[in-house]
Amino acid sequence: MSEEIFRRVAIAGNPNTGKSTIFNSLTGLRQKVGNYPGVTVEKKTGRFFGSHGEAMELIDLPGSYSLQVRSPDEAVARDLLLGRIAGVPRPDVIIAVVDASNLDRHLYLAAQMLELGIPVVIALNMVDVAEQRGLVMDLVALREKLGVPVIPMIASKGTGIIELKQAVSRNPLHKPEQHAQLPIVYEREVAALAKKLPCSAETARPEAMLLLSLDEKSLAEQCDTARQAEVAEAQARLRTHGLDPLAAPVDARYDWISAICATSIHRRGEDAEGLTVSDHLDMLLTHRVWGWVAFVGMMALMFFCIFFIAQTPMDWIAHGMKALAAWAGGFLPAGDLRSLVTDGIIGGVGGVVIFLPQILILFFFLGLLEDSGYMARAAFIMDRLMSRVGLHGKSFVPLLSSFACAIPGIMATRTIENRKDRLVTILVAPLMSCSARLPVYFIMIALMLPAASGWQRAGVMLSMYALGLFAAFVMAWLFKKTLLRSETPMLLLELPPYRAPALRGIAQRMWERALIFLRRAGTVILALSILLWALLTYPKPTTLDPTPSEALSHSIGGRIGHAIEPIIAPLGYDWKIGIGLVASFAAREVFVSTMGQIYNIEDADEENEDLRTQMRNERRPDGTPVFTPLVCVSLMVFYVLAMQCISTVAIVRRETNSWRWPLFQIAYMTLLAWLGAFITYQGGRLLHFQ
Amino acid sequence: MDTGTEPLSNLVPGQRGKVCAIDLPGASKGRIMEMGLTVGVTVEMIRLAPMGDPMELKVRGAHLSLRKAEAASIRVQLIV
Repeated sequence: MSEEIFRRVAIAGNPNTGKSTIFNSLTGLRQKVGNYPGVTVEKKTGRFFGSHGEAMELIDLPGSYSLQVRSPDEAVARDLLLGRIAGVPRPDVIIAVVDASNLDRHLYLAAQMLELGIPVVIALNMVDVAEQRGLVMDLVALREKLGVPVIPMIASKGTGIIELKQAVSRNPLHKPEQHAQLPIVYEREVAALAKKLPCSAETARPEAMLLLSLDEKSLAEQCDTARQAEVAEAQARLRTHGLDPLAAPVDARYDWISAICATSIHRRGEDAEGLTVSDHLDMLLTHRVWGWVAFVGMMALMFFCIFFIAQTPMDWIAHGMKALAAWAGGFLPAGDLRSLVTDGIIGGVGGVVIFLPQILILFFFLGLLEDSGYMARAAFIMDRLMSRVGLHGKSFVPLLSSFACAIPGIMATRTIENRKDRLVTILVAPLMSCSARLPVYFIMIALMLPAASGWQRAGVMLSMYALGLFAAFVMAWLFKKTLLRSETPMLLLELPPYRAPALRGIAQRMWERALIFLRRAGTVILALSILLWALLTYPKPTTLDPTPSEALSHSIGGRIGHAIEPIIAPLGYDWKIGIGLVASFAAREVFVSTMGQIYNIEDADEENEDLRTQMRNERRPDGTPVFTPLVCVSLMVFYVLAMQCISTVAIVRRETNSWRWPLFQIAYMTLLAWLGAFITYQGGRLLHFQ
Repeated sequence: MDTGTEPLSNLVPGQRGKVCAIDLPGASKGRIMEMGLTVGVTVEMIRLAPMGDPMELKVRGAHLSLRKAEAASIRVQLIV
């Protein structure tokens, strides 16, 4: 794919317009996902060929409602279209995707695109849905009024793709000549400000318009004081003319759109305003009783699949890794190198890769919920609950995802507009009990309640989940009150019509996620696994033929375990557990295999009877058992609340663009975990539990 | 017919009103307007969320959700 690119095409549109479907139809598998320089928003690009075989680059802009941005995702769309991103030129043409069945609203973003001075092609998607609703489009009138090509499409069936390709490969492409007219006074201020801006002649007008319609706070965030004063003065002049600087451009665009729609869309029949299938579905899914039943049912199904269906492929991966380690071990002489390869690299990376099936299933469900339109309803239903701690419905999805794994959860926070709310959500997301905690819960519950029924065990497990959830809400509330103080954000949520999800698109996204996940496992996790292996291997004991336990306690990691004993003694832990805590700093599930190493048990996992027996028989110097039920609960509480996941640290670093937040997060969660375990253990002892 | 205005939050499901004024701080007002809820547009109240808040509204053919707290600052004239 090194051929000369003829044109760079950007595809923009509101969320839920079928933008991704068009992107996929145009590019097929010629796609790649990267990052924009300096920001964490994903850059999705692809290749396709124009009607004469010329190579085109297609840039998928994040779905947004306006160029006046609210979220990091929207900021990327704006910055790219205005050429603000260094090293990324402005696109040659924009495909503005609009939903034909709701043209009034969707033309708003398209109207802004027409003001940018870049050729625009409007993809009028879902004309079939519009037709069903009794809407008749006069394409000739639309093209004439909008002054740009308008391509009717049914993207889900591939209709209109060829015409769209033709429209963007036409030579030459014309810049739009028509757009909404601002009041004359306003236009004059825009022109005056545009002259003073240090940007190209083409972008000066749209930049000036964006500045003039900024509120005071955003203005202070986006420009220096001189510019602020300049804009504020212009805004004051507009107000003396009776114009609201923020509202006037919006009104102008909607007035323009209404005029266009009035003459080019006709309603057939009188029943067009009747209830749609989507409305009927909503009556059920947002119903006071059935809404909850459906909601809980869907969540239960999702977690059932994540925890039970994923088990089989996870076992395959585990066996595969074991076989790989044995195979590699067969080639290497016994010694450090073999240990590095089998325990350090294959063991460490394998321990993370094993979660791939769960992550894939999670993304499958999230894709299904997102594409069908249900996700917005989940936010709608949950908003009241979330607003109690000062967050809004949009924080619900990231927190929900974090029950499987905090990494996709944290990535899902990008749709949250307010920076502080996004940070709060990121900070508390790892408190949700992810699947990596399960091995620790399993073995602790088995030790604590050897003879308990499945229901009792499930009860304990559920209370650990509840504790994590409770802690997340309390901490979110606390952060909102102190560190990240801000008003409860306004909720403004679109509830898009329900649609049959496009399985191909979901599969493609799952594949992308899998690649990102595996790439991280191959880089960051690999490096850390080697480091951790070294920490737990060196220096070596000088005695001849040391047991693994001796070797471990002699290593740096082991010494740290010893060193922290005074700190963890009040939680009921001895130094051996301390080594387990140190070793699992990078990944919680390592705790179990480390305990196995300490007790000299090969192939230790949470199902291993030898390990359980050994742990059950473990005694303190005074002869009392180490793993009393109270210690087990204390350890579980610790793992509910502690960060203990280096992949999450890496992703938080990436998403917040600084080390400050991940370090703060490690600190507060470790402290919280210590306090939680302390209260559990000491409180339990006061109440004479064992 | 009632000629006075009332807060959007007072509408019950099925009622419709014409937006007369949006008394919200700049950024919020701008956002709401960009989603199509401009002065002069007709809004239909669809339903409340299961826990009583937020509201679901229909504006320009699209369904939007807004909390009662913000809707209280938007004045509408009831369409009977």
